[in-house]
Amino acid sequence: MILTLVEHDRGRLNELSLEALTFGRRLGDRLGVPQHALLIGEQARSVADGLSAFGVAVAHLAVHDELWDYAPRAWARSVAELARVLEPSAALASASDRGAEVMAYAAALLDAPLAANCVEIVAAEPGDAWTVTRQRWGGSLLEQAKVSAPVKLLTVAPHALLPHGDGPSGTAELSTFMPTLSEQDLAVRITDRVEVGAGKVSLSEAKVVVGGGRGVGGAEGFGQLEELAGLLGGAVGCSRVVTSNGWRPHTDQIGQTGTRIAPDLYVACGISGATQHIVGCRAAKKILVINTDPEAPILSQADYAIIGDLRQVIPAISAEIRKASGA
Amino acid sequence: MRILVCVKRVPITGGKIVLSDDARTIDTRFLGFTVSPHEECAVEEAVRLVEAHGGETVVLTLGPVEAEEQLRDAMAIGADRGVLLETDGADWDPQATARAIAERVAEQETFDLLLFGNEAADSGDYQVAVRVAHALDLPCVTGVKSLEILGGRIAVKREAAGGWEVFELPLPAVVAVREGINLPRFPSVPGRLRARKKPVETVPVKPEAGGQEMVLLRLPEGSGKQVEVLGHGPEAAPRVVEVLRSLGMVS
Repeated sequence: MILTLVEHDRGRLNELSLEALTFGRRLGDRLGVPQHALLIGEQARSVADGLSAFGVAVAHLAVHDELWDYAPRAWARSVAELARVLEPSAALASASDRGAEVMAYAAALLDAPLAANCVEIVAAEPGDAWTVTRQRWGGSLLEQAKVSAPVKLLTVAPHALLPHGDGPSGTAELSTFMPTLSEQDLAVRITDRVEVGAGKVSLSEAKVVVGGGRGVGGAEGFGQLEELAGLLGGAVGCSRVVTSNGWRPHTDQIGQTGTRIAPDLYVACGISGATQHIVGCRAAKKILVINTDPEAPILSQADYAIIGDLRQVIPAISAEIRKASGA
Repeated sequence: MRILVCVKRVPITGGKIVLSDDARTIDTRFLGFTVSPHEECAVEEAVRLVEAHGGETVVLTLGPVEAEEQLRDAMAIGADRGVLLETDGADWDPQATARAIAERVAEQETFDLLLFGNEAADSGDYQVAVRVAHALDLPCVTGVKSLEILGGRIAVKREAAGGWEVFELPLPAVVAVREGINLPRFPSVPGRLRARKKPVETVPVKPEAGGQEMVLLRLPEGSGKQVEVLGHGPEAAPRVVEVLRSLGMVS
């Protein structure tokens, strides 16, 4: 069996889990074993609906009075406990922030290896050693690694595959269990939330992202990018140089040490395309580059390019969009 | 406060990674070395906390003898002393790395706070901090971009969809930080000179088998994309809007 952690925040599914379920289903099909899902907390009950489309035979729901919000070690305890009982071939989760954290704790609790950011299973024979391909350097290098453990613990690299839920509609069998949680398991938990930018499109979820780099020239230059993003209903992001210069807050950074984006369209303005940036934006479906340098490395990732000064090109595009939409 | 910061020596790969002939390492003959941006921020955060609250910052690395360079870099911006868990340069898996760090801390030192980068720049395993925390029985949060001391506790924040998640944990604690928690200072020349005289303790460590073993490395295939140049300068704007329309983004 493959056991896949399905992540949620107060009952709202994290879409990256659908990638993990797709990965888990394909692996299960290959090994001829079913996929089970693990949901944590009563609030996740509604998330179980629709999982059968991702080949989930049984959804396990961990219920406990103390599981009313995210607590990394308590979640990991639930993973570890269920893995001990079910003895799956593999237990996996998306390498999202929470997925990476929970699986690291679970691996520590089980004293087992954890292969992070996997993109494929090369060889999964019955037995103790599997060969996996995983990302290093944010995905600019791939590693084949041997993982030796009775239960293989894996995280799936975000945006490495498209979620694919074409299985039978209907409801997976729901099975509840109560994990044994110690005080320590509950010592770290979310105690508060700060909502920011209500109504603003978040970078990681935006369908259109307009990003600026060194070529924007300064903080004030981002006004033109904000305008274009506004017209396209998108969000503004930037390269690492921009945050290091203090032109934009770090929350706007796209890249290996910032946010990984996966929009339908990424407009990269005045960005040369360092590896650090490329790994953060290459999951975009289409990339449009605006750059004065026709040899910039980012062009090798691009679908479309305009060679020219962004300070002239962006306002011209914004004006043209306004004209087209009759505004 | 006594703060431990753990860093990892990695090559500065620049735009293109070149592999060794046996495809088991990166060809570093022409490369300089550094630590990940997350770890630079971890060092800066420790130094700021000690500046504000007093105490000591110890920087630790597990790596080859050359990794002393990264300890000196951290001491140049204000860390007080270094610990080098010296290996023969071979790749250690995250389980074995965490075990060695936890053993050293458990035997020799007590800290109020242990800081890590969220993930190493090269191997990106996302787990050494959590494993160390578990081995030492300490609370831990990863992905942290804000840290505040509240007496014997800390409040940390990390980014989440639509805002920030806040966690409060008792000290001592382990925190894995992300770039953005601060803007690290550049080392000054006097700082570099002082760093040369600061103590570094070298402790040889023997490789232990972990459960994950690197077999070989390969470069991913290129994007395979052929860029279509829509034009030059502002005159290309109408073509751009045509493309946006074909993508369904402009009516």
